[in-house]
Amino acid sequence: MKIDSSLPLEYSTEENRLKIFGFWVFLGAEIVLFATLFTVYFTLQTRTGSGPNGAEIFELTPVLWETFLLLTSSFTIGLGVHAMRIGNKKAMMAFFIITLLLGLGFLGIEIDEFVTYVEEGATIQTSAFLSALMTLLGTHGLHVTFGFFWGVAILIQVASRGLNPQTANKAFIFSLYWHFLDVVWIFIFSFVYLKGLIS
Amino acid sequence: MSMEEVFHPMQEPMILAAAISIVVGAVVIVAGLTYFKKWGYFYKNWLSTVDHKKIGIMYIATALLMLFRGGIDALLMRAQTAVPDNGLLDAQHYNEIFTTHGLLMILFMAMPFVIGLMNIVIPLQIGARDVAFPRLNAVSFWLFAAGCGLLNLSFIIGGSPDAGWTAYFPLAGTEFSPSVGNNYYSLALQLSGIGTLMTGVNFIATIIKMRAPGMTLMKMPMFTWSILITNVIIVFAFPVLTVALALMMLDRQFGTQFFAMQNGGMDMLWANLFWVWGHPEVYIVILPAFGIFSEIIATFARKNLYGYKSMVMSMVVISLLSFLVWAHHFYTMGHGVMVNSVFSITTMAIAVPTGVKIFNWLLTMRHGKIQFTTPMLYALGFIPIFTIGGVTGVMLAMASADYQYHNTMFLVAHFHYVLIPGTVFGVLAGYHYWWPKMFGFRLNEKLGKAAFWFIAICFNVTFFPLFILGLDGYARRMYTYSESTGYGPLNMLSFIGGIGLAVGFALIVYNIYYSWKHMPRNEKADVWDGRTLEWATHSPVPEYNFAVVPTVTRLDEFWFAKKEGRDITAGKIEKIHMPNNTGTPFWMSGFFFLAAFFAVFNLWIPAIISMIGVFGFMIHRSFEKDHGRYISVEEVMATEKSLRGDK
Repeated sequence: MKIDSSLPLEYSTEENRLKIFGFWVFLGAEIVLFATLFTVYFTLQTRTGSGPNGAEIFELTPVLWETFLLLTSSFTIGLGVHAMRIGNKKAMMAFFIITLLLGLGFLGIEIDEFVTYVEEGATIQTSAFLSALMTLLGTHGLHVTFGFFWGVAILIQVASRGLNPQTANKAFIFSLYWHFLDVVWIFIFSFVYLKGLIS
Repeated sequence: MSMEEVFHPMQEPMILAAAISIVVGAVVIVAGLTYFKKWGYFYKNWLSTVDHKKIGIMYIATALLMLFRGGIDALLMRAQTAVPDNGLLDAQHYNEIFTTHGLLMILFMAMPFVIGLMNIVIPLQIGARDVAFPRLNAVSFWLFAAGCGLLNLSFIIGGSPDAGWTAYFPLAGTEFSPSVGNNYYSLALQLSGIGTLMTGVNFIATIIKMRAPGMTLMKMPMFTWSILITNVIIVFAFPVLTVALALMMLDRQFGTQFFAMQNGGMDMLWANLFWVWGHPEVYIVILPAFGIFSEIIATFARKNLYGYKSMVMSMVVISLLSFLVWAHHFYTMGHGVMVNSVFSITTMAIAVPTGVKIFNWLLTMRHGKIQFTTPMLYALGFIPIFTIGGVTGVMLAMASADYQYHNTMFLVAHFHYVLIPGTVFGVLAGYHYWWPKMFGFRLNEKLGKAAFWFIAICFNVTFFPLFILGLDGYARRMYTYSESTGYGPLNMLSFIGGIGLAVGFALIVYNIYYSWKHMPRNEKADVWDGRTLEWATHSPVPEYNFAVVPTVTRLDEFWFAKKEGRDITAGKIEKIHMPNNTGTPFWMSGFFFLAAFFAVFNLWIPAIISMIGVFGFMIHRSFEKDHGRYISVEEVMATEKSLRGDK
């Protein structure tokens, strides 16, 4: 395995470069996946049947908190990758841990949100609008959950093996994934919640 | 669900017989492997392989198997409709058979055949040692195999899907399809679909990043181009299927309202989602065939491909248009004049780039010294027959006229006229063409040509009558008809053609056995006097593909080097880095299979336990330290020597 030391660790081998490129292609597929879910949501948005519509169930405060936590986590993982680039393992791990905790906080609020909806009688079975809403939010939430465990696995490896081309590559790819989930959330925040609250 | 319901399909004698033959077959294979003590060999060389060539061979073997399973479905349908008021199959059985015929032929025959050929050929054509992610490639195959196994299990346990391969709602919902058949549909397709998506990612990375030095994009062989474009379509189309199938599962098994008839649901949403994936899917199976024909026609006309740039451009245009035509599958289902007009125009526009390709193939052959080998026969047969499919496609594209053709046998004849001469001839041509590269001996030409003539002639006998029947108003998916309709004679003709087709396909399989027994071994590397890099290395190909990676300066480098008497594989041999074999993909997909199987029957606890197994393997993979291995210079030299036949 040839290591090119003029490049950052995560790009330093052929295999690493391939993996980063491959992951970008995969993110392309993920964009289509979420685009399809958004399309389904926009199609069914007004089809509330006998159930509530968005304006009746959305609450701005928890959603703002979710947005705040997730956007901050995107910033902290950026700092984590920067720390990794300058070879500061401790700072990198600290920022990654903060990122994952912020993600956990986001998930907590989201679960609470779902519980509230169900308590109000707005379940995934109530109407096509709610089916689409909860599938879209749930898919994003599942991605964050998966990301949390993935991040933990990478942290354990960085802790025990240090920063090397393999662990740096994994951490970098994970950061791409995390940023992507943040971008999806911005769309959810703007076009699901804000738009839903207006109408 | 009671045990009686689970095994109710077995009450049908034909299904019972099929089930028994599957069990007997499985027992024979297991007993054979045990008796000849081949389990170790089988596991080490096949189940745990990450070698793109072996994975490709497994894809093709599965595809051939499914060709026969789907073919038996087809024969049963033709037999049932051969005479009026026939009682061979009842309506339910007929519904299940046309559904699984479509699913198997598109997703478990055409797709794996194409993916198998791309696995074998692409790394060789671009001068690479493997694909970008060899392990992921194994995961792709085993997920596909898990999905394939699950769908095939359905007709024995619980009942096959029976709402057509398009599974339109509300018919495919629990109200009208209460059996587990459509649960199998959503879960089996989901598994294999994820596998295909991973293939897409893998081959884009392989083709973009791993080409031999000097091979710029416009110096790539046409098959490689077609596969690159195909995989781009896969990556953008398959997530739509993933979502559609997930929503179907939620609707059927979790009571959501996406496609429901009440509470705001919208059944047409399914039709749109399905075809937003489904139409690009047609191009996913046809573009590789175009690539194969381009290679074969250039090779056997002894000329370079006419209009290389226009070939590439037309494929790119086709791939873009493929995403803009989906609504032409349901012109009659209630969208307005404006929508129908737009989709009419985009659909007809596809005929333009396709026409460009047809003329380029014809012009490639002009003044060429054509050799009529088996692969070339398929390529030559393809052009006129496919053109009939294309022309009837333009007829169907006209929305107003489509009200006459919609859901008739005319449509069925049309898409068989596109998919069989296009995809099936394409993959069969590729299969005969690259067979010596895979195994080091040729398939017998006489048998190959006999099979071609059987297939080409009987195909027309089978499907041309359906055009006429369709124009006469014979609707598709009807399990029988009365004598007074007058549909009997042409249906009988079609059935006779179907038997001929079956003979042709049987000859193809017999040819494997015959050639394995009788054809001379140690074929030279370049059996057909080819033009592209795969012919520069030995047949069969050593696991590292090329001892020395060739450098490319122009299109068809290998061909020109041959003319100049230059050996492009000469150079200094260095140690070669290769990935290790691993059983993880196989076992992980096994757990995926279990999870999906339990989910079909709403057995959520075992399904979750199986999913934990899946995640266990993912975590194992993440923590594993596996940097591959090196093949030493001496070992490479020894292999090269023995493959060259030096003593």
